[in-house]
Amino acid sequence: MTNLAKRKKAELRFRFYGIFSVFLSLLFVAILIFNICSSGIGGFYKTIFLTSIHFDQKLLNLEDNASEEQIRNASFRKLIKNSFDESFKDYSKDEIKQIKKLFYRKIDIELKNFLINNPEFLNKTTKVELTASTHIDQIHKGNFDRTVQEKHRKVNNFQLEIYDKFVEDQKVKKVWNSTYFTSGDSRDPEAAGVASSVKGSVFTILICFLLSFPIAIFASIYLQEFAKAGKITDLIEININNLAAVPSIIFGLLGLGILLNFFGLPRSTALVGGIVLSFMTLPTIIVACRSSLRAVPPSIREAALALGATKNQVVFHHVLPLAMPGTLTGTIIGLARAIGETAPLLMIGMVAFIMDIPSNPLEPAVGMPAQIYLWSESSERGFIEKTSSAIILLLMFLIVVNFVSVYFRKKYEKKW
Amino acid sequence: MVNSIITKNLNVYYGDQQAIHNISLDFLKNKVTALIGPSGCGKSTFLRCLNRMNDVIDICRVEGNISLNGMDIYSKEIEVEHLREKIGMVFQKPNPFPKSIYDNVAYGPRIHGFTDKKEEMDLIVETSLKKAGLFEEVKDRLDDMGTSLSGGQQQRLCIARAIAIKPEVILMDEPCSALDPIATSIIEELITDLKKSYTIIIVTHSMQQAARVSDKTAFFHLGNLIEEGDTSKIFTKPDHQKTNDYITGRFG
Repeated sequence: MTNLAKRKKAELRFRFYGIFSVFLSLLFVAILIFNICSSGIGGFYKTIFLTSIHFDQKLLNLEDNASEEQIRNASFRKLIKNSFDESFKDYSKDEIKQIKKLFYRKIDIELKNFLINNPEFLNKTTKVELTASTHIDQIHKGNFDRTVQEKHRKVNNFQLEIYDKFVEDQKVKKVWNSTYFTSGDSRDPEAAGVASSVKGSVFTILICFLLSFPIAIFASIYLQEFAKAGKITDLIEININNLAAVPSIIFGLLGLGILLNFFGLPRSTALVGGIVLSFMTLPTIIVACRSSLRAVPPSIREAALALGATKNQVVFHHVLPLAMPGTLTGTIIGLARAIGETAPLLMIGMVAFIMDIPSNPLEPAVGMPAQIYLWSESSERGFIEKTSSAIILLLMFLIVVNFVSVYFRKKYEKKW
Repeated sequence: MVNSIITKNLNVYYGDQQAIHNISLDFLKNKVTALIGPSGCGKSTFLRCLNRMNDVIDICRVEGNISLNGMDIYSKEIEVEHLREKIGMVFQKPNPFPKSIYDNVAYGPRIHGFTDKKEEMDLIVETSLKKAGLFEEVKDRLDDMGTSLSGGQQQRLCIARAIAIKPEVILMDEPCSALDPIATSIIEELITDLKKSYTIIIVTHSMQQAARVSDKTAFFHLGNLIEEGDTSKIFTKPDHQKTNDYITGRFG
């Protein structure tokens, strides 16, 4: 009986270890998510000043019903100067200069865009949402302690005073930051966005998928179903498994050496990035596809063969469809790894300051991980928040991809 | 009496190991021949030579002569796909495709290009299922998965699938070993029905089954054909001592 008690105790102990491990791993995930969300959610919002602006026709030197082109070419400098001088009559020139610094430095562009979108306000006064400077933005969101000594602050006491006055007048608001999703990278945290890197990532992954998925499937079908078992097949199998474990930066070097230097493909493009990542993803998909092919019961093959199906028909009518769920899972795992990959992309120049949103895979692009890396290196405080926001987006991207894979797996899974 | 399949001096090797020793055995048209013998005696290997299912095993080597209606089935002119169209097979474990009942039956006719008209295909499926005695049970749910049927129904579906390509010979490799007695008796009745149109060769471990369904019986032991003849004779007064021992349950 003591033996049984011992065995039961061992089981109990094991259960406890199990629960503890599960709890611990969940805790890590929770801490990670909480940490990123708490510092990143703010990045999706921006602080604005509701500012009353009179779009004076004379100051802008525009006629009635000015065309978009004309507005674009107009100079807003006089208008801005005039508005500030008028709104802050009681302040000295120097003080007004400091007040101006509360705003994002490209007020003229913001006003221009506003007028282009709402031309009916020409010669009228209206309230415009002007983006606050990143320092004010950080103070408003509470990310920066305003009680530190003045010399350690980017915002001086006078500016804080004005800011407080704005808050009192309810002129300061936190609004959804749509620029973050529509613009590319920028030196200014106020204007920086993820659009170019998201698009770069999408192009890269698309190319990676289009290359690696069919190649991997054909390779695994040939190796698993057609190739004669033997030394050569074994050797290939071992090498494919090894390839799956090669550090990703090696693939980057391969891309640099062969794709860029030898074939002369354009540097920093999603095309090259996709090809390099597909080198990396191929072995993962092949291994997954082969093991799912192996898992298809031989009785199905025999059934089809006995009906007079050719080997090809057996594979494509019966075996491959049954191996598809497993293959898709492997593909998603491979692609998910590729999405988050930075090292090989460093080698082919996909870490660059790219302001323009790429319109095709042959234009220079960055991926999201590279963008995160670039931002995390910036000294500007506003970029800390942007970095975390980009991480949140990347995680959401991965979650969506995972759900898609689960959906497809469920769809193709056959009950026995 | 017309011979359907004739085997002459058949030797089969798995690598260095010989699984079948010099077997010559003929199968009569529209008769049921049972192959009996203890496990590992080579009866399944023998059966799988008849429609060249052993081709897929790399190390398997077949020597000797097998002919179907006078044609050597291992000759170069014979395409193995055509051969299997003429010689259908039902396996030990029911193995319907994870597709609908309809598609299971229609798969063979479809790949052999019997018809591309929906109505004709419907007819083929219906007659095949009827011949396999399954139609009444599944006619309202032809779109259900073949794998959702019970074991006995699945095996009849596999028989229907084999019939659908209009074979001359049906090979059955212990078709009832995974089934309960009721399903077994249904299949046995079916076999008796089917022999009117097909030559049937059945491997079985059940002596009673061999006695019930077959006209001819061949007894295999350790890769040798010990004895063959009319079932009634084999089961009442076999020539060979080993056969007698086996059918009376003294070994095997």
